[in-house]
Amino acid sequence: MLTPPLLAAAAAPAAHAAAQQPAIPLSWYLAVALILFAIGSIGVLARRNALTVLMSVEIMLNAVNLVFLAFARFQADMTGHVITFFVIAVAAAEAAVGLALVMGLFRHKKAVNLDQMSALRS
Amino acid sequence: MEFIQIVFWLLAAGAILTSLMVVLPRGRNPLYGALALILSFFFVAGIYVLLVAHTMAILQILVYAGAIMVLFTFVIMLLNLSKRELGEESKNLAQALGVGAVAFIIIKSIIIVDASADSVGGDNLALPKGFGTIESIADQMFHRHLLSFELIAILLLVAVIGAVVLAKRTL
Repeated sequence: MLTPPLLAAAAAPAAHAAAQQPAIPLSWYLAVALILFAIGSIGVLARRNALTVLMSVEIMLNAVNLVFLAFARFQADMTGHVITFFVIAVAAAEAAVGLALVMGLFRHKKAVNLDQMSALRS
Repeated sequence: MEFIQIVFWLLAAGAILTSLMVVLPRGRNPLYGALALILSFFFVAGIYVLLVAHTMAILQILVYAGAIMVLFTFVIMLLNLSKRELGEESKNLAQALGVGAVAFIIIKSIIIVDASADSVGGDNLALPKGFGTIESIADQMFHRHLLSFELIAILLLVAVIGAVVLAKRTL
């Protein structure tokens, strides 16, 4: 099977030596995913713009996908890829409903600030 | 430092910087954040390629950067928010405590992950033939995870109907 050169380089350590450390250890991927998740959750906690909060949730979902794919690669198990596919589908559904909610709230309140959305009925 | 490691750090730094550009600037039009987020998705897709998940990288660009972010930019431009409608973002002690707690937990987990994660999977990192191809993903999805796949289809249908109903002018 033909693979692009970048992929071949990534898979190379696994191919020629079993005992050798991989070029990029698992902990680096996990550290990047943790930092992205932290950025996303800080966005959800500290920002009050509804659209920015939705985008921060997308960053968090992306970080979780990265963790799934990292473990899938290091345990040579394809299940992580399938779960990533499902997470992407759920994120699409979440974005569609979330943006529809933001539009409905904007029509009602003329604002997208979450501090002004504290009433169950008005 | 190997070439592949330099590529990894460039992609990681790009993803983190563009994600920060989504979250940090307060009181600015969210359109700038949406554009930075599209860039961030491209950088993360590059990291997926390093993980031999090239199908997922393509899907990430098609679905996230292509579909979801188009929806975001469309809604942001449709709302056309003025400075007054964006509103002042409040700052209070609870938010500062939350941010501090998140930063503490993440730094602590990075230390733990750094110390323990590299033994996962043992020394044998050889991948089975066809790892990460559409064929093997489809094989998994339509045999072991068929029920979840059908449920996702129903979820997307419900989301479409829900979005149309919620966004209608008169409920």
